[in-house]
Amino acid sequence: MRLAIVGAGDVGRSVADLAGEYGHDVVALADSSGAAVDADGIDVEGALERKAGGEPVGTADPATLFETDYDVLVEATPTTLGDAEPGFTHVERALETDHHVVLANKGPVAERYEELRALEADSAGSIRFEATVGGAIPVLSTIEDCTPQAVTAARGVLNGTANFILTRMAAEGLDYEHVLAEAQDLGVAEADPTFDVDGTDAALKFVILANVLADGGFSLEDATVEGIQSIPGSALELAAEDGRTIRLIGEASRDGVRVGPRLVPENGALAVTGTRNIVQLETKHAGSLHNSGRGAGGPETATAVLSDVGRLPEL
Amino acid sequence: MADVPEPESDEEEPETDGGVRAYTVRLELVDEPGELLRALEPISANGGNLLSIHHERGNITPRGHIPVEVDLESPPERFDGIVDALRDAGINVIQAGAEHYGEELSVVLVGDLVETDLSETLSRVENEADAVVKDLSLAAPEGTNATASARLRLAIDSGRAEQVFEAIRAIGTDKELTVVEPLLGGEA
Repeated sequence: MRLAIVGAGDVGRSVADLAGEYGHDVVALADSSGAAVDADGIDVEGALERKAGGEPVGTADPATLFETDYDVLVEATPTTLGDAEPGFTHVERALETDHHVVLANKGPVAERYEELRALEADSAGSIRFEATVGGAIPVLSTIEDCTPQAVTAARGVLNGTANFILTRMAAEGLDYEHVLAEAQDLGVAEADPTFDVDGTDAALKFVILANVLADGGFSLEDATVEGIQSIPGSALELAAEDGRTIRLIGEASRDGVRVGPRLVPENGALAVTGTRNIVQLETKHAGSLHNSGRGAGGPETATAVLSDVGRLPEL
Repeated sequence: MADVPEPESDEEEPETDGGVRAYTVRLELVDEPGELLRALEPISANGGNLLSIHHERGNITPRGHIPVEVDLESPPERFDGIVDALRDAGINVIQAGAEHYGEELSVVLVGDLVETDLSETLSRVENEADAVVKDLSLAAPEGTNATASARLRLAIDSGRAEQVFEAIRAIGTDKELTVVEPLLGGEA
């Protein structure tokens, strides 16, 4: 497949870097300031070096990305809430011209799911978005394999930063602020960790899961979301006395989406430690399934994008 | 098993053998070694499952005996047999009755617990959420005027967890307390 990648953050760059290994060609890579475009395949290494040196990935106008011959648009621009722009327009443009789209950007799938599906229905191309939920962990493809009708609910931990903070608080008996500062030093938490610790990031992923289970109907404003900022070390201590711990747990079903700090058994499957993520799928006939692994990171998320590309039919 | 209600749906039916109820039995024991063990033996021998034992050693009855409260579950049709077996073994059974409460769950509350009147919070949990607070642990590392945490062990009716926690959430919202609920359902 010929890939046009829009967004040159960690995920977009890793997709470009690993595409060759998966047997695909990168014909365009664009960020907001420029683009590298070549129908015969761009010089990925050169483009990534320019980006690393603080320059645009290429000298072409970013808009020329859509004019080149490509099969799959990889949408890896930063997640935005509400209208989910500019990601949504990128997807719209690709589908209207009968191209496939693979998203790593959660915004359009969480906020405008029905519109995406309507665009897809009128297009020869299709959309896939495994990378939007749980990074490297095959969550959506597992649901697809089980068939969504056979999955009644999805629960779990889908934010590594919040999970790291709660794990360290429980292990060291430290308070939230101490551990957050440590996480920022380690690069586990961003300088502005708001969306990670207030539950928004996890909520977007569980909204996407609810949309997949119910075939649409949910956006972020339908989710009940609580963060971990108000959890003191003493709450984790009390939980531990009872053989439990606290995790930022999301739940998605056809009835709704909820994210908040919850008590879970200390040695239970959902009490993953550090930045690890886990999703538990509740099935109608086969009990619970658990998928666990790395829920974020450039190469990790890129593997989910490239697996999606591999699942697409030839146009 | 005519008194076992039909499950409303597959999803809500917990994976148990069904037909088990919780009971509380109050016993009076003579303060002698081995007496407690002797009192518990007839329970398990007659199909009862021990849930908890409250052994009030410091609390002597007027007759100089030690009161013990035993929570157990058993199929309803076997409960009378358990009480008879206890009496046959010479154990003094003060009270034996059905308790509605079939599930025990913990919840952690965080906030200005003392400032917002902890005992009022607890009575609201009992009244509005229809749960019994079996046990309370409080942690206030920065003193009682600052943020504190409390773990409540609740006894609730089987199958009513959703309603109970909805009511506790409402109390939390009202009193500006963070409610950390247990995650229900699924095979954790």
